Amino acid sequence: MIKTDSLTKQFNQVLAVDQLSLEVNAGEVFGFLGPNGAGKTTTIRMLTALIAPTSGTAIVAGAELGKNDYQIRKGVGILTESPGLYERLSAERNLDFFARLYEVEDVGTQVERYLRMLDLWDRRQDAVAEFSKGMRQKLAIARALLHEPQILFLDEPTSGLDPEAARLVRDFIAELSSEGRTIFMCTHNLDEADRLCDRIAVFNGHLLALDTPSALRRSVYARLVVFHLRGVHPGFVERIEDFPFVRSVETVEGKLVIGLDEPEENNPIIVRALVEMGAEIQFVGELRRSLEDVYLHLVNSHDRESDETR
Amino acid sequence: MKKVWIIVRKEWAEVFKNRFVLFTVGFLPLLFTALPLIMLYATRDSAVFSGLSTTDMPSGFMDLCGEDMNVAECGQYFMISQFMLLFMIMPLAIPVTIASYSIVGEKTTRTLEPVLATPITTIELLTGKGLAAILPAISATWLGFGVFAVGARILSASPIVLGRLTDGLWLMAIFIVGPLLSIAAVSVAVMVSSRANDPRVAEQLSMLVILPLLGIFFGQITGLFFINDQLILWMAVILLVVDAGLVALAMHLFQRETILTRWK
Repeated sequence: MIKTDSLTKQFNQVLAVDQLSLEVNAGEVFGFLGPNGAGKTTTIRMLTALIAPTSGTAIVAGAELGKNDYQIRKGVGILTESPGLYERLSAERNLDFFARLYEVEDVGTQVERYLRMLDLWDRRQDAVAEFSKGMRQKLAIARALLHEPQILFLDEPTSGLDPEAARLVRDFIAELSSEGRTIFMCTHNLDEADRLCDRIAVFNGHLLALDTPSALRRSVYARLVVFHLRGVHPGFVERIEDFPFVRSVETVEGKLVIGLDEPEENNPIIVRALVEMGAEIQFVGELRRSLEDVYLHLVNSHDRESDETR
Repeated sequence: MKKVWIIVRKEWAEVFKNRFVLFTVGFLPLLFTALPLIMLYATRDSAVFSGLSTTDMPSGFMDLCGEDMNVAECGQYFMISQFMLLFMIMPLAIPVTIASYSIVGEKTTRTLEPVLATPITTIELLTGKGLAAILPAISATWLGFGVFAVGARILSASPIVLGRLTDGLWLMAIFIVGPLLSIAAVSVAVMVSSRANDPRVAEQLSMLVILPLLGIFFGQITGLFFINDQLILWMAVILLVVDAGLVALAMHLFQRETILTRWK
């Protein structure tokens, strides 16, 4: 659906996007994470044919960037960072205007469909100025979908929304994903990315990592397994450390926290060893690293590397 | 062309909800049409000009009046022709107000990015915005001039003065120079809007485009030159060239990338 090859954007002296190469598959929810000023919005603007890349190529919805920008704009929908709605116009008039620009065939039906779907039908005649932030965001999402795009670009879809409105938007994104749409989403909300995205790219001017959320966790941290024991004997730690597959062992509040690469394979061996040593195991569980830990680790390592090279 | 009209209709739906724009588009033509009519009414009695001699008017204006006008009629024509210039200020002032609010308004509410993301060309977008500003201005000017022509017929004592106020010179000024002035005004407003962040600032700066017209106004009062067929024809030719340059420059400044990355 999206394929970029060494996509680069330079604004005068500032290199905003450096040699970005990635592929987004059809029907995938793709998270694009990075700190402020990382070049995420610039990337979305390039991929939606709003601005031209300095170098590199991209194919978006089957059309080549720079050669068939009209086709790209017709084939993608975009939720911009700011909803950008005409506040003096009604919700219906806003959608009607964009539906016509997108050359939607049955404007009235399509506008009604999305107003109803996003629970805005009863407020269709109200000026957008009277809408709450959440309603505006929903209307902006409806606008991005009017022409039934193959790919949807969402720039910070839940930014600035209260938890209830954010949840509504997230649920709607999940619904769109279940319809098989390809979604390219920039977000700062790592929990949201973790829950919604099939794959995640961590980006800070250039690509730092790209994988599924769980694979990213594994690539950065060993998986941690917590063994709740009735009393931890110091000998347990020494014995466990001897296993070659164990990456770390810690005693935390009377529990053994063990870092493992493959807990599914390693746990039975450890359980057997602990039982043989007389340990009384109450229960065993996995301590899941948050995506936030992974993200901060990747971004901070990159920052440190950049500082060192300076 | 279809998308141009989509833009025009949206602009009108939005801009005319702004009371200030509505006031400018509604009140200015009323005032500018009423003033020459009031002047015509006030001077319809030839006694007003009974003591007038050729030395009371800028030298050369009598030549412009020709032999078929007496001094009183020439005096009346001289007075009213100053106000006729208001019909040329209208197509300048109205589109500047609309364009300033329409373009800087988009900038402040960040509505341009979603529009630029649609399959619309820059030419379609700018033409739509331009027409949305120019058409009401030209319509208001022509309507105002129509009302003036009818009012003048009712109020003017002299058929010769009436004939001169609606002759080819003024028809060319209103129907050809007027629209050309509107195009210049909108182009300047687009250029100024790319730098301004407040519609009122954009409007005030764009209004500088009126200065050359004020030069003609004061030039005529002081007798430096008079509005005649030749001057209007030259204005039309010069404006045609200036408009082509201004439109090209406005298009050049209205780059998608510049709008998205530098319009803040």
